[in-house]
Amino acid sequence: MDELLKEFLVETNESLDVVDVELVRFEQEPNNAEILGNVFRLVHTIKGTCGFLGLPRLETLAHAAESLMSKFRDGAPVTGEAVTLVLSAIDRIKQILAELEAHQREPEGTDADLIHQLGEMVRKVSVPPAASTSEPTGYTVGTLVPQTLERPLLPGEVSLDELERAFRDTLGPAPIAAAPQGKAEQRKAEHDRSQNINGAEKEEAEATVASKSIRVSVDTLESLMTMVSELVLTRNQLLDIVRRHDESEFKVPLQRLSNVTAELQDGVMRTRMQPIGNAWQKLPRVIRDLSAELGKDIELELHGADTELDRQVLERIKDPLTHMVRNSADHGLESRADRIAAGKPEKGIIRLSAYHEGGHIIISVADDGRGLDIKRIKEKALASGLVTEPELDKMSEAQIQKFIFSPGFSTAQKVTSVSGRGVGMDVVRNNIDQIGGSIDVQSVQGKGLTFTIKIPLTLAIVSALIVESGGERFAIPQLSVVELVRVHAKSEHRIERIKDAAVLRLRNKLLPLVRLSSLLKLDGSKAIPDKGFIVVIHVGAQTFGVVVDGVFHTEEIVVKPMASKLRHIGMFSGNTILGDGSVIMIIDPNGVSQEIGASVASTAAALAGTEAGQHATAENTVSLLVFRAGSPEPKAVPLSLVTRLEEIDCKKIELSNGRHMVQYRGQLMPLIRVDDEVKIKREGAQPLLVFSDGHRSMGLVVDEIVDIVEDRLDIEVASDIAGVLGSAVVRGQATEIIDVGHFLPLAYADWFRGKDVKISDKERTLLLVDDSAFFRNMLSPVLKAAGYEVTAVSSGREALAILKKGRRFDAMVTDIEMPEMDGFELAEAVRGEQRFGEIPIIALSSTTTPEAIERGRKVGFHDYVAKFDRQSLIAALKEQTADIIQAA
Amino acid sequence: MAIAHDSTAGLLTEYVTVTIGDHMFGLPIFRVQDVFVPVGLTRVPLAPPEVAGILNLRGRVVTAIDMRSRLDFGEREPGAPVMAIGIELKGESYGLLVDAVGEVMQLHNSACEAKPANLDPRLSRVAAGIYRLEGQLMVVLDVDRVLDIRNGAVAA
Repeated sequence: MDELLKEFLVETNESLDVVDVELVRFEQEPNNAEILGNVFRLVHTIKGTCGFLGLPRLETLAHAAESLMSKFRDGAPVTGEAVTLVLSAIDRIKQILAELEAHQREPEGTDADLIHQLGEMVRKVSVPPAASTSEPTGYTVGTLVPQTLERPLLPGEVSLDELERAFRDTLGPAPIAAAPQGKAEQRKAEHDRSQNINGAEKEEAEATVASKSIRVSVDTLESLMTMVSELVLTRNQLLDIVRRHDESEFKVPLQRLSNVTAELQDGVMRTRMQPIGNAWQKLPRVIRDLSAELGKDIELELHGADTELDRQVLERIKDPLTHMVRNSADHGLESRADRIAAGKPEKGIIRLSAYHEGGHIIISVADDGRGLDIKRIKEKALASGLVTEPELDKMSEAQIQKFIFSPGFSTAQKVTSVSGRGVGMDVVRNNIDQIGGSIDVQSVQGKGLTFTIKIPLTLAIVSALIVESGGERFAIPQLSVVELVRVHAKSEHRIERIKDAAVLRLRNKLLPLVRLSSLLKLDGSKAIPDKGFIVVIHVGAQTFGVVVDGVFHTEEIVVKPMASKLRHIGMFSGNTILGDGSVIMIIDPNGVSQEIGASVASTAAALAGTEAGQHATAENTVSLLVFRAGSPEPKAVPLSLVTRLEEIDCKKIELSNGRHMVQYRGQLMPLIRVDDEVKIKREGAQPLLVFSDGHRSMGLVVDEIVDIVEDRLDIEVASDIAGVLGSAVVRGQATEIIDVGHFLPLAYADWFRGKDVKISDKERTLLLVDDSAFFRNMLSPVLKAAGYEVTAVSSGREALAILKKGRRFDAMVTDIEMPEMDGFELAEAVRGEQRFGEIPIIALSSTTTPEAIERGRKVGFHDYVAKFDRQSLIAALKEQTADIIQAA
Repeated sequence: MAIAHDSTAGLLTEYVTVTIGDHMFGLPIFRVQDVFVPVGLTRVPLAPPEVAGILNLRGRVVTAIDMRSRLDFGEREPGAPVMAIGIELKGESYGLLVDAVGEVMQLHNSACEAKPANLDPRLSRVAAGIYRLEGQLMVVLDVDRVLDIRNGAVAA
């Protein structure tokens, strides 16, 4: 093609893209003279060049558009209709340019239709011309040689005669000595001049910026990139060889070469970087047209348009992004009426943002529309046979939302011309996968939808870890590798197994493990050996460990895309040639994560269960309130029992019936002393530990409150003294643990009506069921002191759940009076189960009528103890658990 | 290697002959980039069975297609000789693994006969015709059809 024509096409196409964007901006800011000026200038230039190159059709079209634009410059109202017309003209010009490129000449045809419309519009918006200062004096004879225009006048043009007339009629420049020139005029003239100067400066500045950049053909850059890649490979080869020799005079110069190569690589990669705004350029126009077509008011917000990314990557995401934006506009955003009905602002917003994070660029497309319709997705998924009902029930909303990425999945009711054509999100995801990226979706039904795309900054050269598995070598991109762990029998990190799943405990996190060779079906065995190397990979939101046989080193590799016949293999993102010339596959962490997705999910569930379980049993620290009362040695009670710490004015303490009382919250609260050593203060403030249950409160008199500590409650020395459970080492000090249960009835004789206490024997497990938190909290330390490991639950339902999960207990102690499921019902349910039906159950009740006891026996209570008979409880438990020992 | 004119019967085409599983096949020479010994073949896990792997040929990554597998001729004996015919398709490089490479033959186009109806279907799909040579038949391979391997399943 003619060089001139080629350049014309490139430049004009670029200009037209800018015109598009600027026109849309102009429509929103019709008073912005700068934008108008820009557009006008561009169109004018296009017209001029077309005329120069002898492209009449284009010239005429450009001229017509320019005329309309000049009316805007004159102050004509900027209507949507008018702008649409200009845009149509621009579109037509683009079409003709495309034909021009293909066939090297303008296509046959006429644009009379458009030109006519533009002419009409010009007439419509024409501001009536100001009356001319002098009457045209008819035919003028000028000194110029008569010239004839060889074609009819284009609309907006004036004939030569008129032009000459205008020249004659205009006043010449004012004589220099014209003094009456007002100061205002002078100032204006100066102002104009300075504007011109500024304008000139600005132009100069622009010129220097322009001269700082240079146009380079894409092919040149590509070949440059390829050569640099080859250079990198060769350097790798050399490094490989030199690595094998300890001493070599090549090492130093090679190091320098390596550095230089790295910098060169960096520099060339940067030449390929383009701002993402380039991919977004067409979007304002697209949205404008869509808004009109769909009758919706849509605003497009673009954030981070200058975020740079590799040209190749840019090309690949252009279309997916456009598709998603169209989807949002068409399906996501509701109609004006619907939005108002939903209480949303009439204008729908589609927000695109881009930013760098790590070695990736994160792009998000968000709208505030109706979000994903979970119900429809479920229906579609079932109908398409992608999932079964029971599977669907187990899925979280996030998992269900991911169905939209399945091939052919479109829940659009009707296929509109805009979207819903079946070019669905699966294609989008495919495109993104192919460039090594990932896409995620978040949706809140009724509120909006957000897609988040994460793509690597560049495809070409990446750092990779070379590993061995199943006798073959593979490369894993360094970016996704978090760390390397070596495990064997004696190492700090060990592989543990939960049922069939192997996991790695890494700094208190349990990671699912998978063997690379089994993922790639290199050998039959799925079993994970107890020793090996684990590559901890993090991708998206998943972290997992990949077990490999060996780890070599990290290498800079040139990523070569997979052959088209092999591109469908999700495990690989490409292949590369190593320094030694061999070809190896590059593992795609996304693919691995998807492949083990199911097993990871179930392992994670298993882990969650176990971790919770472990948490409950392994961490038996208790919050203790340490205080002093009556003696310098510290005393303590479980903090959870204490309702409040108070200090009351001694003057308020009253003596009644031999007992100290205080008015507390509208009621009389008895004050209890731990032992006789404790003295109630006569004056000042008396510290109290207040224990409340329902509307009853008791104040335990203390001398001072020392501390609140978190420590294991190991009652080492049991006590015979009533009121003291025993002694434990709390924060290094021997501390008396107070038995609150002893004192409460001292406050109110009937405190424990309806509650009973069971104390069990040595190191046996006990399930305590009582709906009163107060009681559970109080009993646990008591029972622990007696040597039982206590698990307390608040309802029969919970107790059953725990038993069903597989935990076993030596005995169960349960309250009778409980809401929802009382002790009798619980016992029946327990007895009904094969697996744990034989567990001894001891019931606590305030009613010890013969009938109750009989009923208890019927449902299978082993024993039935009155609520506040602690001794009986201990005895009963001893008896019941002794049976177990005998039976064992 | 131009297409020569025979004064008597129109055009000639040159074919590179190869042996796959005791049968002789011919590839039109204008589709053949080169002939090489496949070295350093790397297996591609999870690939379709016809793909023997990939290898490095002068800096280019070549996808190796095992013709024995492609035409369903059974496994190669370990240690048996292998040669590769380099083909280019849509900008990508392929290597067709064959048992042996024979000579280049110049054959009359008119002598090319239609493939017999009872030809094995798998062969039939990739065959463009058949030549009756002295002592044996040579099946002309349609290179594009040979390379038409879809994701895991051979295209019809």
